[in-house]
Amino acid sequence: MSKVTSAKRVPAEQITIEGLTGDAAIAHALKQCDLDVLAAYPITPQTIIVEDFQKFVANGEVDTRVIPVESEHSAMSACIGASAVGGRVGTATASAGLALMWEILYCAASMRMPIVLNVANRALSAPINIHNDWSDSYGARDSGFIQIYTQSCQEAYDTTIMAFKLAEDHDVLLPAMVCIDGFILSHNVERVEMLPTEAVHDFLGTREPVLPLNPDDPITMGPLALTDYYFEFKEQQDEAMKNVPKAFKKVEEEFEKMTGRSYGMYEEYKTEDAEIIILTHSTTGGTAKAVADTLREKGEKVGVLRLRMFRPFPTEEIREILAGAKAVAVFEKCRSFGAASNPLALEVRTALYDLDERPMVADFVVGLGGRDVPPTTIVDGIRKTEEYLEKGEAPLYETLGVRK
Amino acid sequence: MATKLKDMLETDEILSSGHRMCAGCAAPVIVRLMGQALRGPTIVCEATGCLEVATTIYPYTAWKIPWIHVAFENASAVASGAFEAIEVMREKGRYKDEHVDVVAIGGDGGTFDIGFGSLSGALERDHDFVYMVYDNGAYQNTGIQRSGGTFPGQETTTSWAGSELPGKTQRKKPITEIVAAHKIPYAATVSPYYWRDFIKKFRKALEVDGPAFIHAISPCPRGWRSESSKSIELSKLAVETGMHPLYEIVNGEEYNLSTPSKRLKELKPIEEYMKPQGQFKHLFTDRWEDFREQIQEWVNEDWELLKKKCTEE
Repeated sequence: MSKVTSAKRVPAEQITIEGLTGDAAIAHALKQCDLDVLAAYPITPQTIIVEDFQKFVANGEVDTRVIPVESEHSAMSACIGASAVGGRVGTATASAGLALMWEILYCAASMRMPIVLNVANRALSAPINIHNDWSDSYGARDSGFIQIYTQSCQEAYDTTIMAFKLAEDHDVLLPAMVCIDGFILSHNVERVEMLPTEAVHDFLGTREPVLPLNPDDPITMGPLALTDYYFEFKEQQDEAMKNVPKAFKKVEEEFEKMTGRSYGMYEEYKTEDAEIIILTHSTTGGTAKAVADTLREKGEKVGVLRLRMFRPFPTEEIREILAGAKAVAVFEKCRSFGAASNPLALEVRTALYDLDERPMVADFVVGLGGRDVPPTTIVDGIRKTEEYLEKGEAPLYETLGVRK
Repeated sequence: MATKLKDMLETDEILSSGHRMCAGCAAPVIVRLMGQALRGPTIVCEATGCLEVATTIYPYTAWKIPWIHVAFENASAVASGAFEAIEVMREKGRYKDEHVDVVAIGGDGGTFDIGFGSLSGALERDHDFVYMVYDNGAYQNTGIQRSGGTFPGQETTTSWAGSELPGKTQRKKPITEIVAAHKIPYAATVSPYYWRDFIKKFRKALEVDGPAFIHAISPCPRGWRSESSKSIELSKLAVETGMHPLYEIVNGEEYNLSTPSKRLKELKPIEEYMKPQGQFKHLFTDRWEDFREQIQEWVNEDWELLKKKCTEE
């Protein structure tokens, strides 16, 4: 059960407006969420989140213990230790750091620790590259974390706050990943409206752990489960994931009462009569909407489905939205080497498979390693999709914006 | 020490019977001795290993105190998180117990090797917890593979004794001294045979302000190819032969030889420790006699060096 709070609209004069980078916006959100522990290791382009947070600590602005761990592996491990005794816990990472956490991501999810992990999406080595794509968090898509991808600094701020309430909901109790595009958002200054801290406190309340490690009532956590019980653990984890959409809706409704803002599991943009729907997420969603506007002016029926929640994947809803279109043009910043297609398109194709009349799916891998994805790249994809519609078939995937 | 040993011995057991450790394994004995030393509410964070898998096979548990396992290489990091969260939650009025001791436990693999990074990090950050390694000299849980804690001459399934190799050829990582070099307030070696020394040292480890380290020798009949009835005797011989001398290091500098080691007029030959163990059998053939002598020289050198480091009292 999520603690029902009586969220009220925050008066405009109590809102603080600042120009913040995505990282700074997240650091402010974490500051206001009254964390008990934040354990993190520096990695580009996440660093500013923890640097800013440490500044809050140095100035006595937060009641949080920061654990400056020696690796991301230990960051997630310390988060689990802190969450196990009942604390509200967060961390942040990117790329190789997320990869080093990988083993412990599964432990956090299966041990049902509602940790919030902010990811500044960045490519994985080799060659070493510090810029944005989604290979890192897509790699962790089966770890049991909730995954939400955000488009703006405001959205990153809002979603980070909501993520704690969602993760700590007793029907959920799963860790949540809130992703921003590295550099494109992490280092880009935007206008951010910040809530008064008291409002965030009221909204989140205090974490109420279900079964914490407590000397008064000793329990054993993280035991060995063999063939006779392991599967049942996974079944329960799956149930928890299925509870996410309902809990998320509730959290967003309350947040909307307070701020007037809500985002949903996805954003629909001019999709109603669209013949081609662009499906993407994060900042590419913003570019896609600008492209849709331009093409609409020319009378082309193009819309955008900007996904926010990738785990759990809103299969039913997406199927309904896409069913009426002629084609779906997927733009994703990840290549699943050796796979038939790529993570986002694979998911979309699976969602559509049972429809009697399926829209065509064209999958475009773009922007790897921070390669710019300008509107022209999106337009290229649309034009190709049109060709494929004419031909009646599309390749399983192709890359755009790369020297061949 | 304010608390009397007699009172400590009246403490409730923290590990129940019915766990699935092998007959003769010293690890549960070590945990029970640790239990006698506890001074109040305690949380145990354990690394993956024999002790972990054999005491917590779901839906059963042998642990009577709060216990958590996450993975192999992160017991210290989990302990860091638990410690800091408890501290801050108490400050915020959300934690009832005035003090909770946090103990991390790992085997030699989870401490000398894969868990060393997280251990070193936690020591550097000065978290107030006790780390105890039960050192059975190999990855016994996965089937007797060599670790950084394996003695030279030990035969394991990844350091076989054959015509070309005498078991492990490399020396054992001096973990207690490496740990103490972090300038932590307290590090000590213990043996379950010398139970008084063990309990007193563990209590001291809990009482110091900051991280402390306990290094327990832990005979493993399965991996050592020894009789299950000989484990406690081997715990004694490890000390008497200088394979596992007992000492403390205070603040990373002050070395004290502990009474059982101090009382030794001279070391017993390593043969006495090795002979009852099948894992050293090859060292008693002509082929590897020289290597056995080499090990004896190393042990003698280490012993002389240790005595030199120890403060004269």
